[in-house]
Amino acid sequence: MDWLFFIEVSLAGIGAGSLYALTAIAFVLIYKATRVINLAIGEMLMVGAYLFFALGAGWSLSWWLAIPMALVGGGLLGMLLERGVIRPMLGENPISVFMVTIGLGSILVGTVELIWTSAPRSLPGFMPDEAIFIGEAFIAPNTFWGFVIAAVVIALFLLLFRFWRGGVALRATASDQGAAWAMGINVPAVYSLAWGLAGMIAAGSGILLGAMSGVSPEMAMFGLTVLVVVIVGGLDSVFGALLAGLLIGWMESVVGVYLGGEYEHLVTFILLMLVLLVRPWGLFGSHEIERL
Amino acid sequence: MRIGSAKESYIADEALFATRTQWVWFALLLASLVLFPFVSNLYWLYLACLVSINVISATGLNILTGFTGQVSLGHAAFMGVGAYTVAWLDNNAQTPFYLNLLAAAGVTTAVGLVAGLPSLRVKGLYLAIATIAASFILQFVFINWESVTRGTRGINIEPPEIMGIVLDNPDTFYWMVVPIMVVMVLLAANLFRTRVGRAFIAIRDRDISASVLGISLPAYKLMSFAIASFYAGIAGGLYAYFMGSINPESFPLLMSIFFLAAIIVGGMGTILGGILGAIFMTLTPEVLRYGVDLASPFIDEPGAVLSPVRTIVFGALIVGFLLFEPHGLAEIWRRIRRFFHLWPFRT
Repeated sequence: MDWLFFIEVSLAGIGAGSLYALTAIAFVLIYKATRVINLAIGEMLMVGAYLFFALGAGWSLSWWLAIPMALVGGGLLGMLLERGVIRPMLGENPISVFMVTIGLGSILVGTVELIWTSAPRSLPGFMPDEAIFIGEAFIAPNTFWGFVIAAVVIALFLLLFRFWRGGVALRATASDQGAAWAMGINVPAVYSLAWGLAGMIAAGSGILLGAMSGVSPEMAMFGLTVLVVVIVGGLDSVFGALLAGLLIGWMESVVGVYLGGEYEHLVTFILLMLVLLVRPWGLFGSHEIERL
Repeated sequence: MRIGSAKESYIADEALFATRTQWVWFALLLASLVLFPFVSNLYWLYLACLVSINVISATGLNILTGFTGQVSLGHAAFMGVGAYTVAWLDNNAQTPFYLNLLAAAGVTTAVGLVAGLPSLRVKGLYLAIATIAASFILQFVFINWESVTRGTRGINIEPPEIMGIVLDNPDTFYWMVVPIMVVMVLLAANLFRTRVGRAFIAIRDRDISASVLGISLPAYKLMSFAIASFYAGIAGGLYAYFMGSINPESFPLLMSIFFLAAIIVGGMGTILGGILGAIFMTLTPEVLRYGVDLASPFIDEPGAVLSPVRTIVFGALIVGFLLFEPHGLAEIWRRIRRFFHLWPFRT
């Protein structure tokens, strides 16, 4: 066995996994704050990437201007979805809310195809493109810088949740909504905040993903793998999302190289089935599902 | 105005049609189904066949999701299993089409039972996600089990034949698919007059109470998956015959969402809802195509616009109905009926 090659494949996988982890954080954020399983996360990510594409390639803004604008756009989209569609559904059957997010995803994909057609596009480059070597192992520069940026952003958000006032409000709402209300936390505002932040994170990972593998409506499929990641990690566990993201990214990459690309998703979904059968609350999720 | 509907026995209470008027309407409906081919053209018959297939499939999903409360996002993949069974038998065995259809239903039921196993362990959203996984695994099998499915190249199916008549056109196919549809829908409607159907409803409304009442949750949940898969298998088999060729792309996840959307739009947990939803969702794309045709002088590339517009309308229908009319078209229908029952008084 060629260990160097294995290490290179693993590094590429962990790089891709960092994006799963980043998007999974957006998912967990929404789930913790509003108890909504957001199946439209892949579509929000795709819209973020297309916003960057429109600003960076269409209006030819430079990347340091286009990226913040795309992030703000993604955040606004998240808040808009929450205010317009999710909040009226509060208190409804979770299955209905889940279906609403599927509908939203469908609307977003359709809109993107209507505006930019379904042809794949490539994003303007914004990352250094010299080859990176760790020891002897080669990593594609986009993957490396994607990993670094994702790691920094994740660290930043973890600090925000820990120390920022809004982050504390988020955690308070997640742990007990009623108590949070009673303590004077503006819960509806927290809902908007959670969706806004999640939209922003999703747009960010969309831009990173687009830089690695191009932009197309197919990107929305990324959301399904993220769904697997959060289920494996535990729906309400940030740490679980991080670990499961890296694990699944690594697994897909190794399986894709050694068994063939068509096995990537198969292995992911078989893992999902196994986790659901053996440990439905995930690796680190809180165990609140009643026994059947 | 209808005054009172005194029911003196349980049989009367359980009856599908409570009044003679309803029987008359039902007879009129059947008569119009019989007369329809004589007054319409091939295009409308094509749509009628497609609607019938979708009605069968949506009714199956409605039994599982609407009546038993187990959300499934793998329904299209189950249809795929039925379709591939028919295709394989058609190409490798000289069995008549009705045996093929039954075999398709049988195989799909078996697959559905396996895919329903997670329902013993998880429910609600987790179950929905498990069925997504099942759907992807089946998709993988369709693509990679080359010896049976011929992979991405797809597989052709000869049209079925009854007594020397080849059903290769919507005008002949209609006479096979519509009777099957009517029988399947009536079976579903009658299912909910039996112990099994009542047990499904009890599980949906409160699973713990149901099990206290002596309903075995695992057995009945699996039974619900089996029945839904049976419907999907029949619908898939008919779909394969109707389309004449299938490939793994024929049964994407989007199609599962289509059926879920159909029962949401139609109204979950009513037989009428499955029918109305399937009709509505099948005809909407056609209406959209007509609309895009009308608008084509004003937009460039009307062909490229149609597919995204469909996707948008599709999502908007799901969101709109869930937000504003959660009980779907069946509820609207009920309101209209009540207006006439109570007329001239206000409802």
